[in-house]
Parts: sequence; structure tokens; C-alpha cells
Amino acid sequence: MKKTMKILAGAGAIAASVLTATAAQAADTIKVGVLHSLSGTMAISETTLKDTVLMMIDEQNKKGGLLGKKLEAVVVDPASNWPLFAEKTRELIEKNNVDVIFGCWTSVSRKSVLPVIEELNGMLFYPVQYEGEESSRNVFYTGAAPNQQAIPAVDYLLSKDGGEAKRIVLLGTDYVYPRTTNKILRSYLHSKGIMDADIMENYTPFGHSDWQTIVADVKKFASAGKKTAVVSTINGDANVPFYKELGNQGIKAEDIPVVAFSVGEEELAGLDTKPLVGHLAAWNYFMSVDAPANASFIKTWKTFIKDDKRVTNDPMEATYIGFKMWTQAVEQAGSTDVDAVRQAMYGQTVKNLTGGTAVMNTNHHLSKPVLIGEIQDDGQFDIVWKTDGEVVGDAWSDFLPESAKLTADWTFPWVCGNCEKPLYAAQ
Amino acid sequence: MLSKTLAMRWLVVLSVFIGLGFGSSTPAHADEFSDAVQALNADNNTDKAAAIEALSATGDERAATVLSALLNGTLFYRQSDGLVVLSKESGNVTILIDPSTMNEVADVSGSEAKKIRINNKLRGQLKGVLGALTLLSKDADKRQNAADEVFKANDPSMLPVLQKAIARESDPDVKGRMLRAQAAIILEYSEDTAARLKAAQTLGEFTDPDISALLGKIANTSTDPEVKKLAKDMQDSVEGRLAAWSFLGNLFQGVSLGSVLLLAAVGLAITFGVMGVINMAHGEMVMLGAYTTFMVQDVIRTHFPAAFDWSLAIAVPAAFLVTGAVGILVERGIIRWLYGRPLETLLATWGLSLMLQQLIRTLFGPTNQEVGNPSWMSGAIETSTGLVLTYNRIWIIVFSLAVLGMLALVTRKTMFGLQMRAVTQNRAMANSMGIRSGWVDALTFALGSGIAGMAGVALSQIDNVSPNLGQTYIIDSFMVVVFGGVGNLWGTLVGAFSLGIVNKFLEPYAGAVLGKIFVLVGIILFIQKRPRGLFALKGRSVEG
Amino acid sequence: MTHQPLLLRIVKEPMAVSLLSVLILAAFLVPMLNLMLPSDSAFHVPSYVVTLLGKYLTYALLALSVDLVWGYCGILSLGHGAFFALGGYAMGMYMMRQIGDRGVYGNAELPDFMVFLNWQELPWYWYGFDSFGFAMLMVVLVPGLLAFVFGWFAFRSRVTGVYLSIITQAMTYALLLAFFRNDMGFGGNNGLTDFKDILGFGLQTDGMRATLFFLSAMAVVTGYLVCRFIVDSRLGRVIVAIRDAESRTRFLGYRVEYYKLFVFTVSAVLAGIAGALYVPQVGIINPSEFSPANSIEIVIWVALGGRGSLTGPIIGALVVNYAKSYFTGALPEVWLFMLGGLFIFSTLFLPKGLVGTKAISDAFEEQRLRLAKFLRPYDYAEGGEGR
Repeated sequence: MKKTMKILAGAGAIAASVLTATAAQAADTIKVGVLHSLSGTMAISETTLKDTVLMMIDEQNKKGGLLGKKLEAVVVDPASNWPLFAEKTRELIEKNNVDVIFGCWTSVSRKSVLPVIEELNGMLFYPVQYEGEESSRNVFYTGAAPNQQAIPAVDYLLSKDGGEAKRIVLLGTDYVYPRTTNKILRSYLHSKGIMDADIMENYTPFGHSDWQTIVADVKKFASAGKKTAVVSTINGDANVPFYKELGNQGIKAEDIPVVAFSVGEEELAGLDTKPLVGHLAAWNYFMSVDAPANASFIKTWKTFIKDDKRVTNDPMEATYIGFKMWTQAVEQAGSTDVDAVRQAMYGQTVKNLTGGTAVMNTNHHLSKPVLIGEIQDDGQFDIVWKTDGEVVGDAWSDFLPESAKLTADWTFPWVCGNCEKPLYAAQ
Repeated sequence: MLSKTLAMRWLVVLSVFIGLGFGSSTPAHADEFSDAVQALNADNNTDKAAAIEALSATGDERAATVLSALLNGTLFYRQSDGLVVLSKESGNVTILIDPSTMNEVADVSGSEAKKIRINNKLRGQLKGVLGALTLLSKDADKRQNAADEVFKANDPSMLPVLQKAIARESDPDVKGRMLRAQAAIILEYSEDTAARLKAAQTLGEFTDPDISALLGKIANTSTDPEVKKLAKDMQDSVEGRLAAWSFLGNLFQGVSLGSVLLLAAVGLAITFGVMGVINMAHGEMVMLGAYTTFMVQDVIRTHFPAAFDWSLAIAVPAAFLVTGAVGILVERGIIRWLYGRPLETLLATWGLSLMLQQLIRTLFGPTNQEVGNPSWMSGAIETSTGLVLTYNRIWIIVFSLAVLGMLALVTRKTMFGLQMRAVTQNRAMANSMGIRSGWVDALTFALGSGIAGMAGVALSQIDNVSPNLGQTYIIDSFMVVVFGGVGNLWGTLVGAFSLGIVNKFLEPYAGAVLGKIFVLVGIILFIQKRPRGLFALKGRSVEG
Repeated sequence: MTHQPLLLRIVKEPMAVSLLSVLILAAFLVPMLNLMLPSDSAFHVPSYVVTLLGKYLTYALLALSVDLVWGYCGILSLGHGAFFALGGYAMGMYMMRQIGDRGVYGNAELPDFMVFLNWQELPWYWYGFDSFGFAMLMVVLVPGLLAFVFGWFAFRSRVTGVYLSIITQAMTYALLLAFFRNDMGFGGNNGLTDFKDILGFGLQTDGMRATLFFLSAMAVVTGYLVCRFIVDSRLGRVIVAIRDAESRTRFLGYRVEYYKLFVFTVSAVLAGIAGALYVPQVGIINPSEFSPANSIEIVIWVALGGRGSLTGPIIGALVVNYAKSYFTGALPEVWLFMLGGLFIFSTLFLPKGLVGTKAISDAFEEQRLRLAKFLRPYDYAEGGEGR
């Protein structure tokens, strides 16, 4: 009985302290919704982005806030549950009256949010590389589209420096991003003279942990006497066991290089990277980039999170760019009104962390540089290749017949995210 | 045909040949060597590639040291003037050495030295060059590696040095590999039909997927009908033997998957199988074990880095104790109020599992933690037949069987085991015989949890160490225990291995996802046939 | 008591009467307050509350269906999420076909995900889903048929207890993996989304939301009455007898498996209907609805509310889901502690669930007794499943 009372008292104390913490909020603030999973399968990736947004808000408030008001974060936990993403979006906009939302990681969570955010005319910044094939009036995509990651990476593999691969293995988790990316890549490889017989495609479920058979198959496929490379769109948790199996089965990067689109510094932090040295990743940002802006970003991050070992990654940079752009657009518009800010977003530029400039295009996608890095034994990437300038994000791929016909442009005369001819006015 | 690089290679080979032939090691051109080393610090990869060729062409003994340092990432340059230096571990300090004089360079601080970066292409080139350089090494292991590298490179310019090496070779295994490399070069590049036929014969004796691929290529492209036919025949015979090996490979993978399932399930076989607690927090016990491993490694890494290889040996008992202690707390705090209401244990342990996940997430953060493989668990036994037995998998198989064996001993041969069985079979009678059933319950649950923790140590070697670790295995664990028959350790063993093996034999045909679906449907159908699992308990307790 | 009409019997139970009247009242009142009052009125119910409540109600119906098999027949299904999701997919497929050429690629025949995965024609199992009637039939038929076939095998083989629970879990897990596959033609991980309308009425209108809410509330009321009718009937008696002593019931000459099969199928149909009402309100159906964790959660709602009572699961589902919505918003970092703690607390102290009369005091009394029993060693272990 006593014990019960103690537990109750303890629980009460926790609840009370948290409640008072949330109750203490300023009266007139600009509210920023943070919609990232803090529990469930995606918490592993998304929690970092929640912290990034909080850090950016903190920095902005130190500079005096925005339009003379303080920024206030409204954090919710959609718990890696897709319908809950839609519900929380509605809650953020209708109940908490947020002016903008930073959030989502998986495609399915974005798809779930989409109808709600369009109906309520909200604004979402989506910071993760994705499959493209979308341009919503209410979403700004600050991660890479396939033409900003996948195609340059394959170009590198086929180049002399990259080893002149003649056979390609496309490994992916079975969901829409790998499926679409691989479809685009297959059609791109055909255009480069690599035919179906030299392409192997394989899909595994989320969180796949037993890679023995597949890695052995890749090895077999590679033993046909032609230089083979692997393009991996394996997602999240499945990467660690995959790389451990690669290392143990002795697949060296110089024999069969693996280029990954979903493996960054954060994923490598859970791995002993010594056996993986030389495998590749393609991103728009690496922590190892030698630029003053990056150095100061890393320093701020480590101070904010109070952990010197924490790393930074590409979606964090995308969040950074998105947040900066939004504050600039708000200042330019002089208001947080979604329609005004949207107009101000077009052509908005922000210095990115790799020493270049990010531009928001009228298709709601950014211009970004593409970098290819080799994994080093300290869990960082050594940049081995880089595009000359920034690549404009392509909402609709040119390599898919249905999609090549479509144009996304939210300014006059198009005013449309998926049209074959201009609309001349908003619908 | 004779391109520039080919000519370079010839030079390398020739110089090595001469160097060894005369047994001379006097660097004739000291300056040439240090210039060549200096050239490695080039701005772009093309220049670096040329510098590597040039360096190996000097024929200098020290070239191999420098090139392997470059390959291993221990070659640096001084930022101020670009002087290339080697780094060497000497005790706990890293010292920098001038490769030309082999003297320590005193005036370079660690931060001033920058690594000379290479990419995959250079890595491949370095391996080939080093292969040729070490083909005549005194160390048999090095020669063997070199022979394999030469075989992989399949470069006709390496033929003379290869032949020389074959003539000198005394180790039969290494000689075999060299002969293989030689035959491959002859088959592909020679013009002499008789020699090529002989080479095809030689290659046909190996059981190696690379050779099968080479024979296939010749069979498809050769213009010589005789060679073409023999290559085809030989490929068929190699393929025939490979099929048997690939069967073995599948079997190993199946056994390995089975051992993972067994490890994940064996703790549950106690808490669920023996005690009847539908323990949804079992997966979190596994996770706690993995985090204990991380903690142990963290302490060792910061305080006793030399003892890293022993980290798992320390982590296993540590994980057992930690999760066992948590198990006692859980049993005394929650489970003991719920005996006789098995389904409600599901509810409470589910709540517990949510809390444990969140606790770990709060304490360690949601990201993966790095758990390293000790050296004896890295790498693989790699046969040339394409069969790869990775050490971590082998150890996990051994470990899982050891855990099960120990558990069987504890339950059958110890007083505690006797009491445990007595309490679970007839609590009232056990109580009246003076057994303190409360404590036996607590210890049994602790044992089950402790074993789950030990499983966590093993799983940390192959999977993510994250708060979600437990969730990945919980469903599979229940499937295994139920398939094998609740309350039967032997059933858990057979269940785990048969599910693992069936899964792995289905995977090549059906793919990973469909394979798993088939296994699940198989379990459903199997339970219709044997509604109490593979090894059903008999007697009254089954009606509980 | 047995021969009184159903409604008369219900009227005598204060718990059931108040719950049903609140539901019926809400079914009319909430849409009215949402549609008729101006949005600045103090009594206005915002649209998002309407949808949220509607979602809770579909969960309540789902919990009711689980209670029918678990609380009354002792079949612990850890796979009921599968029937819910199948009903949801049937509804989703109808709404997908309704999109027509308004998808991003403007293809009148194929849904968007099929267009960009290069499907040339509609797979045969999508035929007919452009008709509302056919889709509604499938909402009932697909989960019902799966339950019938599954139950036919399982109950005839006398698979019981945890073995049954685990194979239901295997079933939903296998379906989860199957629906994840993009080759299956159900949209893979992204599932079905971007719905536009039902029967030509836009999904994002307040009227449609109110209607769906009304239907959900009435579905729960109807579901309650159906379940009540079943459990109070003569058949219901046999079902309870099976729960309490299966072998004895069999020895008395009842064909236990047919009774179980009947209840299981009815329950699956109810779950399917709940799924069909759920999908248009949340706007997405995705394979994660099949995940075994979801099915376990349903069982937890039932246990928390009080199983074997019909009012219990409804209250349990509403309470847990409200708590979840509230905590994920208000305490995003610690809500799992709260939820987990709630489950442990309620098992230990509310063994009969929230609706057990004098629940709290009884529970404390029982704990005291248990403690006494524990201190005085004699048998407290033997208790059958489902008691």
C-alpha cells in the first residue's frame, strides 16, 4: 500500500512538473510546430531533427526573435504512427495555431499529412531526401530529389574515378522511395548502355536483419568478371546489420563499392567502420565538409545537445536551410501569414553549410550541391567528388514517362504542382 | 597493346625480379625514392596513381612499407611544407617517421599532419601493385594473399614474376593458388591452344565462383572451338561442385539464423514457457543486455583499451547480472501479483516494455550505440569455393548452444532446477514440501531475464543497439517457443533451428519477404496439425 | 430475465443506459454543434474534435468486437487488427477508385502508385471497387471470410489458449508483410491515401465529417445491441460456458467449434466495419495497421475497460485513446511512461477494468487478500484462462 502511494506521488510529481513547464509560455509568440516521431521505429532518426529545430529556435530567439516576437516551439509526438501524423497536424494547426510546421521523415508520414495541410492551408518544411513525384503548394521540400542524389551517384560509379562499374546491384527496402529511385536509375542505366542482364534488383522489408543470403547473392552476381557496384536505398535500421554482414563476408569497397542514399553520419555512429572504409554515400552535406559555416554549425549543435560525440547529418542541414529560409521569408513578408510567406519563399537564398548557396525554386524544391563521400575509419566521410555548382531539384523525374510530362511551378503562369499546361490562376 | 601502364608494370616486375635475384638491398637511387614518395602527396587521383606506379618502379624495398601505409591510411603529410611521413604506433604514442631515412621526424605535431586521402580506385591499384611486390615475400601468408590479388587482377604482365614465384614456392597450398592465377592468365591471354586447354583443365579442378565466371566468359567469347568446348565442360563441372557448396552455405546461414532465433527465444522459453508469463517485456531484456555490452565496452575503451578483445567475456556475466536483477525487481514488483491470471501478465509486461524503451531512450538517446566486434569475431573463414563462414555467426551458434546446454544443466542437475520444476508443476505441493515458492518464482524469472540479457550481448554483435532492438525479436521469439511447444527447451531448440533453416532455403527462391510469409503460414498450418507445438507437454498441466 | 426483450434488459443496467444514451445524444449533438453554431461560439465543436471523436468511436467498435470473442468466448485474438485493416483497405480501395482522373498523373483507370510503378492495367482484385455497394459488401465479406476460414481450421483442430493467440498474431504479421510488398498492388508501405470523396460528397467538408461521426456513433450503438443480443441469447450462454469450461461443454454434446466459429466471424465483421469507418476519417490506410503491436493494443483497451462487460471495451478504447492523444501532445517526451504506467497500474489495481463495480475499492481489497495469501503459503496458482 505504502509502495503504491509512493509510486502515485512520484508520478504526480513528474506530471505536475511537466505541466507547469508547458504552461509557462509567453502570451504573444510565433508558434513553430515540430512534428517528428519521438518514439517508435522512426524516433532513432527523427529525434535529432526535433532537437535541430529547437536549437534553431533557440538561436533565433537569442537574436531577438522574429518580427519583434519570440518564437515558441510546439512539440508533439506522432509516435511513428502514420494516421497520428495527420491527426497531430490538424491539432497543431487548428488547436495550437502554429504558423509553420517542421516535420516528417518517411514518405508515408508526409503522404498522411498532405491532405490535412492542404485543406487547412498550412506550411510544412520536409527535410529528408525522397522519391520526388510530388509538389504540394503547402510543402517545401528541403531534402534531395532523386536527381540531386541518385543520378549523380551513379554517374560517379560509372566514371573512371569511381571504378567504371559495368554491373549494378540495386538493393532497397520495399517502399516507395527505393522503388521509384530504382526505376529512375534503371531507365538511366539503360541510357548509359547497361542493360537488364547486368542489373540486379532486390527488395527487403523494413528492419530486415538477416542479410546473409542477399550479401552472398551480391557476391555471386559480382563474380561474373565485370566490375560491379551496389546502389543501396536500404532504409534506417536495416543498414547496420547489412554493413556488418558486408564487412564480415569480406566485401571490400575496392571490389564491390556500395553507394548508399540513406546512410549518413548518424547511422555510422552505431557501427565499427573499419571494415567499411571506402564504401560510399551520396548526400548534399557531410559533417566533414571544410567550411566556416559548417564548423560553427557543428559547434552550436554540440553545445546545444551537450554531447561532444554527437554528429551532424544531411537532414539536419536541410532543416537548417529550411528554417533560415522561413525566417527570412517571414521578415520579408512582414507577417507569418502562409500565403504571404509562400510568395516570399520563391527565390529566397540561404548560405548552405558546404560553402554554396541554397535557392528555393518555384517548384518548392531547393538547389543543392551533390557530394559523394567515402566512409572513413572514424565514422566520417571523405569527400571524393562534388558537382560543380548546385543542382536544381526536380519534382518530376525526366526518366519516368508519365512523370516527364508534368511540370511543377507555383508562380504565374503555371500555378500548379502537376500540370501539362499552365493554369494561369490558382484553382 | 603495350600501353604506358603496362610498361610500368613490366618495370615493376622486372625491378623486383632483379632486386631479389641479386639479393641486393642497397638503395641505388636514394633521391629517386624520396622523390617518388613525395609525389604521392599529389592534388588529384590521377597524379597519385602515377606516383604509385613510379614508386613501385623504383624497386626499393621500402616501397612496400610506404604503399601499404598509404593503403591503411597511416601515411601523412606535413601541412607546412608537404613532407610525406609515416605514422607508427609506438606504445601509446603515435610517432611520425620519414620514410626515406626511417628516422623520427621530431618537429611535426599530430595536428599538423594530414592524412593522404585515397579512393577505391587507388585502393584497387595499390592492392595489385603490393601483390606483385610481395609475391616473393618470405612470409607464406603474404605470398598467399599476393597470389590471390594477382589472380583477381588477371594481368598478363604479371606472368613472368608469377612463374618465377611458382618455381621457388615450397608451400603446396600457396603454390596451388599461384598455379590458379597462372592458368587464369594463360587461358585468357595466351594464343597457344594446347597451353590454354591445359590451363582450362587446371582451372576445372578448382571449385570457385570466380573461375566458373572466367570459364563461362571464355566459353562464350573464345574463337577457338576446342578451347570453347573444354571451357564449357569445365564450367559445368565447376558449377556442379559449387552447387553442393552453395547448399552447405545455405545450411550454414539457416543454422546461423536459427541460432539467433534460439538465443532470442530461450529466455522466453523460461519466463513464458515454464512460468506461463506472457512476457511482452522479454525483448526489452534483450535490449538491456545489449546496452550493458555497450556500457562495458565504453568503460573498457576509455580505461583499458588493450583489453577490448575481452569486453564480451566481461559483458556476458555483466548482462546476466543486470537483466537478472531487473528480472527480480519486475517479478517481485509486478508479476507475482498476477500468477493465475496469465493474460493479464500480457497487459502489465506490455506496459513495462513501453516504459523500459522510453527509459533507455531518455538515458542514452534514441540513436544507435556503437558496439564493436572484438577481433576474434570479425572477418570470416573464406574458402575459395564461395562458402563464407563469418566468425561472428560461428561464435553466435556456439554461444547459443552453450547457453541452452547450461540452462538444461541448471534445470536438470541443480537443486534450484528441481525446485523450479516442482513449483511450476505443482505449487501447492512444492510449498508444502518447504520450498519457498516466492523466491523460486523470483529466481526463475531472473534466470529467464538474465538469459535474455546474455542473448542481448550476442545480438549486439549483428544488429542495431537501439531502444527498438527488443521489438524486432519479440514476435519471432513467441513463434519459436509456441512452434516448439510451450514449456519444452528441446522444442525451442528444434523449433528455432528448423524455422531458421526453412527460412533460409526458401529465401533464394521466394525472396526475403515471401519466404517469411511462407514460414508464418507454415506455422499456422502446423499448429492445426499439432495444436500444442512440436513437442507437446503431456499431463494435467496442459489444461492450464 | 432471459425472456424479457433486449431493450428492457438493458434499461435495468445504469452503466449501459448512460453509455448508450451519451452515444446517441453525441451522435446528434456533436454534428449539430459543429455545423450550426458559428466557430466563435463557446459551444462550437471544432472539426478536428469531430474527426478525433469519430476515430475514437471506430476504435470503440473494434474493442467491442475483441471483447465479444475474448471476454465472452475466451478466445484471445492477437490478430484482430487484421480484420480492422482489411475492412479499411476495402473502403480505401473504393475511395481510391473514386479519385478517378484527379490523381497527379491524371490516369482515370489506375491509382497514382500503380502509374509510377508501371502497372499497365488494374489487377483483377481491384475490379468492382468503383461501386459503393460492392465495396461495402467486401468490407463485411473479406474479414468475415478470412475469419471463417481461419477459425474453421483452428477451432476444428482444437487450437486453444496461447497457441491460438500466437497463430492469430502470425496471421496478422504475415498479412503485414504481404501488404508491405509493393508487388501486391495495395500501395506498399505508403498504403492508400489522398482520398477525395465518397458517393460524390467531398471528404474534407464539415458535412461529411459530421456524417461519418454520426455513422460511427450509431455503429457503436448498433454493435453494442448486436453483441448484447448474442450474449444474452441461448447461444450466448453456450459461448460463456465454452469460455469457462470448454471440455465440459463439449462433453455435454455441444459442437464447441461451431459456436466459436460463429462468434469469431461476427466479431471479425464488426472489426471490418470499424475499419471501414476509420479510414475516411483519418485519411490513410497503410500496412502498419496490421502490425501485431496494434492488435495487442486493442486487447489492452478491452482489458483496461473491463472485459466481459460490453460497456467496458467501449470506455477502455475511449479512455486509452484520449490519453494517447492528450499525452503525445502535452508530454511528448514522457508519454510512454504515462501510458505504460497506466497499463501496469490498471492490471495490478483494477483487475476487472474500469467498469468493474466499486472497482477501485474492490481491487484494493483483493490486493490485500492476495498479500495475505502470499504470506500464508497455500495454493493461489491454479486459475484457468479466461476467468
